[in-house]
Amino acid sequence: MTRILAALGALLGVGLLALPLVGILLRAPWAEVPARLAQPAVRSALELSLVCSVSATVAGVVLGLPIAWLLARRDFPGRSVLRGLVTLPMVLPPVVGGLALLLAFGRRGVVGSWLESWTGLALPFTTFGVVVAETYVAMPFFVLAAEAGIRALDPRLEEAAATLGAGPWTRLRRVTLPLLLPSLRAGAIVCWARALGEFGATITFAGNLPGRTQTMPLAVYLAFETDPDAAIALSLVLVAVSLAVLVALRDRWLPA
Amino acid sequence: MRSLLLLLLLVAARPTPARVLVFAAASLAGPFEEIKKGHADLGIDFQFAGTPQLVAQIQQGAPADVLASADEPNMKKVVDGGLAAEAPRVFARNELQIVVEPKNPKKIASLADLARADLRVALCAAEVPAGRYAREALAKAGVKVSPVSEEPNVKALVSKVALGEIDAGIVYVTDVKAAKDKVAGVAIPPEQNVRATYPIARMRDAKNADGAKAFVELVLSEEGRKILESYGFQRP
Repeated sequence: MTRILAALGALLGVGLLALPLVGILLRAPWAEVPARLAQPAVRSALELSLVCSVSATVAGVVLGLPIAWLLARRDFPGRSVLRGLVTLPMVLPPVVGGLALLLAFGRRGVVGSWLESWTGLALPFTTFGVVVAETYVAMPFFVLAAEAGIRALDPRLEEAAATLGAGPWTRLRRVTLPLLLPSLRAGAIVCWARALGEFGATITFAGNLPGRTQTMPLAVYLAFETDPDAAIALSLVLVAVSLAVLVALRDRWLPA
Repeated sequence: MRSLLLLLLLVAARPTPARVLVFAAASLAGPFEEIKKGHADLGIDFQFAGTPQLVAQIQQGAPADVLASADEPNMKKVVDGGLAAEAPRVFARNELQIVVEPKNPKKIASLADLARADLRVALCAAEVPAGRYAREALAKAGVKVSPVSEEPNVKALVSKVALGEIDAGIVYVTDVKAAKDKVAGVAIPPEQNVRATYPIARMRDAKNADGAKAFVELVLSEEGRKILESYGFQRP
């Protein structure tokens, strides 16, 4: 009985996961896809998506690695608070994240108001704002992966290197980083994929302007309002990218 | 665990009393909720969203009994697809207004002001009716605007003005009114303005045809029109 229920549940689950993919592949206007993707508006959304998601990943790695190190290696008061803060954007609905960003970095926001009056720099409705929104939402994925990687490091290897006369810089470069690299790479790829798919925080915080803040997911959403076939063609690109990510990470997620 | 599953199945499969599912443009939320309040016996359920989205859902087989659209081209798509049960009837009209912050601190007086370089202006995306109308109005006024954002719907635009992140935008009169003192409106003269017409129709695949008919009649009745007027809509 239990076994049948489990099999049935698994079957339903597989259906839920597979059918949307089947649906989009069956309905795709394949003949028109190349022409649609060659449109300047699509090209600019695609370029913007790539530029912003790569920038967000770089920002996520640069800002996230020190946090991951702190979480994994240091015991300090407020560590659980910090971990909560890191995890929050993962569980928060992205629209809420975008609204929170607007209230912080908007021109009436706590930080944004003096940021604008001191530097003339305004984040909302700019490409930089897209990067900030994507970093906010995607960085946690990198931090958690990096933290797990750092925790799994065997400190004895670093100690051994030290006893053999390696200085801190050499140890980091020759021992720690090479050991960490697989988890950092996996974390960065997930972070990038999340940034690429980011919608809610972006449209709330950075708005939607073709060529400046309209990334692929926003273009899909708006295309759906008038031209579902265009939305499907755009979606195919994102499906292809997501599958490519899976392939790139197959050793980690898809052990045979 | 098993009992939980059973409970879920029961909840999902319980027979529902006949209800009317109305798909309505987001701008109709206020008056339609009020119309519903006076007629609990009809069992009305709403789904509010941008009209194009509602139309796409109906084309994909969403079980709508009634569609109330914010423009005629979108309703025409449903009619042309043979998905409507009757010829649509116009039940209300709406006009555009410039939405600004309360007390209009940037002293915006006309559409021409929206071209000012010191302003952060947003429009609705051209894909949604409000965005298309806004562009028509700007074309009539001969004004070229460089928006910082093309928002996906009017409510998002009004909210960003209310938060002070956008100085001005073009939305429906009814949206400005619905936001009460959070924003202010600047009138657009009739020769530059665009009138939006709102058609309503029963759907061909309505599960509750009687309920659908009753709701459509209610919206077109004197009572319905008065409520719509109180939200800033004009009579057809």
